[in-house]
Amino acid sequence: MSGHPTYQPQNAVMKWMEARLPIAGLIHSSFVAYPTPRNLNYWWTFGGVLAFMLASQIVTGVVLAMHYTPHVDFAFNSVEHIMRDVNYGWLLRYVHSNGASMFFLAAYIHMFRGMYYGSYKDPREVLWILGVILLLLMIITGFMGYVLPWGQMSFWAATVITNLFSAIPIVGEPIVTWLWGGFAVGNPTLNRFYSLHYLLPFVIAGVVVLHIWALHVAGQNNPDGVEPRQDSDTVAFTPYATIKDGFFLVVFLALFAWFVFYMPNYLGHPDNYIPANPSVTPMHIVPEWYYLPFYAILRAVPDKLGGVLLLGAAIVILAFLPWLDRSKVRSARYRPRYRFFFWLFFLTCVALGWLGSKPAEGVYVYAARVATIYYFAHFLVILPLLGRYEKPLPLPSSITASVLKRSGAVAVVAFAVMLTGLIGLSSPSVAAEVETPPKQNWSFAGPFGKFDRGQLQRGFKVYREVCQTCHGLSLLAFRNLAEPGGPGFSSAQAAAIAAEYQVPAEPDDQGEVKDRPARLADRFPPPFQNDNQARARYNAVPPDLSLIVKARGYDRGFPWFVFDLFTQYQEQGADYVHALLTGYADPPKGVEAPSAGTFYNKYYPGHFLAMPPPLSDGRIEYTDGTKPTADQLALDVTAFLAWAAEPHMEARKRLGFQVIIFLLVFAGLLYFTKKKVWKSVEAHG
Amino acid sequence: MLHLRSPYKGANNTAPVRAVPPCPGPAATGPPAASGSMFPMVPRAGRPPSHQGEDLDVATISSTGHTRRDFLYIATGAMGAVGAAAALVPLVTQMNPDASTIAAGAPIEVDLTPIQEGQVIKVFWRGKPIFINHRTKKQIEEAQNVNVASLPDPQPDSARVKPKHDEWQVLIAICTHLGCIPIAHQGPYDGYFCPCHGSVYDTSGRIRSGPAPLNLALPPYEFVSDTRIRIG
Repeated sequence: MSGHPTYQPQNAVMKWMEARLPIAGLIHSSFVAYPTPRNLNYWWTFGGVLAFMLASQIVTGVVLAMHYTPHVDFAFNSVEHIMRDVNYGWLLRYVHSNGASMFFLAAYIHMFRGMYYGSYKDPREVLWILGVILLLLMIITGFMGYVLPWGQMSFWAATVITNLFSAIPIVGEPIVTWLWGGFAVGNPTLNRFYSLHYLLPFVIAGVVVLHIWALHVAGQNNPDGVEPRQDSDTVAFTPYATIKDGFFLVVFLALFAWFVFYMPNYLGHPDNYIPANPSVTPMHIVPEWYYLPFYAILRAVPDKLGGVLLLGAAIVILAFLPWLDRSKVRSARYRPRYRFFFWLFFLTCVALGWLGSKPAEGVYVYAARVATIYYFAHFLVILPLLGRYEKPLPLPSSITASVLKRSGAVAVVAFAVMLTGLIGLSSPSVAAEVETPPKQNWSFAGPFGKFDRGQLQRGFKVYREVCQTCHGLSLLAFRNLAEPGGPGFSSAQAAAIAAEYQVPAEPDDQGEVKDRPARLADRFPPPFQNDNQARARYNAVPPDLSLIVKARGYDRGFPWFVFDLFTQYQEQGADYVHALLTGYADPPKGVEAPSAGTFYNKYYPGHFLAMPPPLSDGRIEYTDGTKPTADQLALDVTAFLAWAAEPHMEARKRLGFQVIIFLLVFAGLLYFTKKKVWKSVEAHG
Repeated sequence: MLHLRSPYKGANNTAPVRAVPPCPGPAATGPPAASGSMFPMVPRAGRPPSHQGEDLDVATISSTGHTRRDFLYIATGAMGAVGAAAALVPLVTQMNPDASTIAAGAPIEVDLTPIQEGQVIKVFWRGKPIFINHRTKKQIEEAQNVNVASLPDPQPDSARVKPKHDEWQVLIAICTHLGCIPIAHQGPYDGYFCPCHGSVYDTSGRIRSGPAPLNLALPPYEFVSDTRIRIG
């Protein structure tokens, strides 16, 4: 192959360097002069998006590791420490946790694009297989990362996923014990998952280098699936592809920012704000949305080993795609039959995802079985047969010829549909026949929502005079009461409140631990020393209220969860807490309390709870003239607890507004720059 | 038209990512000489496109004056730079002390009554050890009767204690050399001796010999009563 001028250093230092380590030349030939087909559409920009997401996950992850404690007693609280105390900790954690979702979203789009345009075919088989390996590594890394916050979902995800290996005959149990480093998921498990979660992203980065290397050997595929034949078929990577990728990356970042700043917990599960409890499994455990299709396949099989094998096969089969698809024509543009089956396959994947989020019972299981069979049939039956019997359309003589015929419209609509389809699958459903909490009109809802200071102060009064006897607020420090975005107490007021509480002092000269008045730096002392004491005293363990509003919620169901994404409705937790506080009633006829000392509540899953109705009209006196009805007390204390669960909410929404505006302006500038740069290419053949 | 090195022909034999030795030809790229253009390789409109960057010479010519295109490129580039810089802010400030650490560094109060004459106690404030030395008459006299000018870091004893409380000496117990904790009641001056590198301090905490450059530092503190101080 004849060389052509790639990189000619002008500067003496660069010449000296180039003769010894030609790294600048390597970068130049890979990312500047590299010829890229001129007809690439925006589906081709997801490679750049993925590279950015990997870098973003590594950078935020390294930073989070500086503040996180991988120990079963401290992990959960250290994550909350990041959320509450570390400078911009809430931002870094939300970027990391939502970043995982964005990473998978981009990866799945990238893969579907490869399938649609036949990017896995000769000579790109190894490129494709490296991609499948990257997906597998991402799945493992994402799972281990999800375990680290050590909430209920973390713990039970770790338990369920590691137990997959117990399906292996004979050696299964020893393997699981080896994975755990104990007889159950515990501290050794958490420690090793932390270590591996730190390691694997760098392995991913290494495989990404191979992936890009393989890409640059074979060259990029393109929407027409015909190889470039002449100079006018390609453009230089820089500036053409760079500016296009850059523009779309910023558009993608705007979506990312929407989640991080406005819907940070939309893709997560409320249960993961409950600390891990090895003695209680959550009502309905579901993986993160990006694992749901595989999860549905696992549950569709009535046999333990069979389910695990099929789950693995669903990923492994992707690696054989280059040989299962027998057609020589790459792009679905020229394969009308394949195009139909591609979209059917896509819908099957979405359906599997939806089924994975549903309880494994009744019609859902049968639907999942049908979808699973079709998933595999697509690879094993349809693709081989299509290759033999399909009559492809005539291919264009060259990329240039094809470009001049087309208008170059981008399937933005398809993207939006795919997005909502893929993203919104994560809401877990709660046990049926519980009434839906009515929506309240919260001052803190929406993109510009703020807490009402007066309401927070009233709510704090309710907490202190009613809830506090039984419920702790252990993650909240007295200093938080005086911080911006909160109830707006002065430092002196907060210190005076603190002084009313007693906390253990340092051991004195005799080694006795006495109590001292609390100071601003102290956190609210717990109402009981341990769970057994609580049980003896209250006949139940009253949950800590620090995160209760984020740890509760209810299933919105289809299609509401899709609308919620745009309306930013995320106050399910607050609505639930308010509903619970006001939802006591006489049990319906024929319904008996399962045990004495439990009370009927319309909104409580299972209906009978140990907490007696806590609020009543006039139970508390307000000094600001607000009428203390039971409903008002419930609203106020819920608002206070919403703030306690997310003390930086106002800062988050404020920064979010600035970031989104910035990204939109930047995207506009990049769009016009891109237009300028591409103008001459698009005008000529 | 340049002859392109296409990865699509014979691609299986050679890895094009490897840098190819430079060969003569039009300059493919280089510093965008005297241009404000972000993208020197952009072909000028109206000219047949050749996409491999040989248009450098043409593009730079057009940017001698300020054109709308230049402004667009500069604005876009500046916006990107601002965004990147702003993204660095949280990544950098997260390493500063967090809110709980700052709150835990609030002033502490120490009761002086249990400290005997001649006794040194150690308390912690903001993670730093603090010596509280109840000095004897002899120690106070020794500290006061020194030719201040002869000291490496000249400072009278009166500047190192609070007025009317010269029996109480409060010091940050961190050697000014490299941060070790000196040992009380050691060394030739009955003051402090740092075991790490042999710095010797007197009963006022002033450096007398050894590698340390400065006297032991004083924490901010005040007497809230005759027997109680607040540090911080």
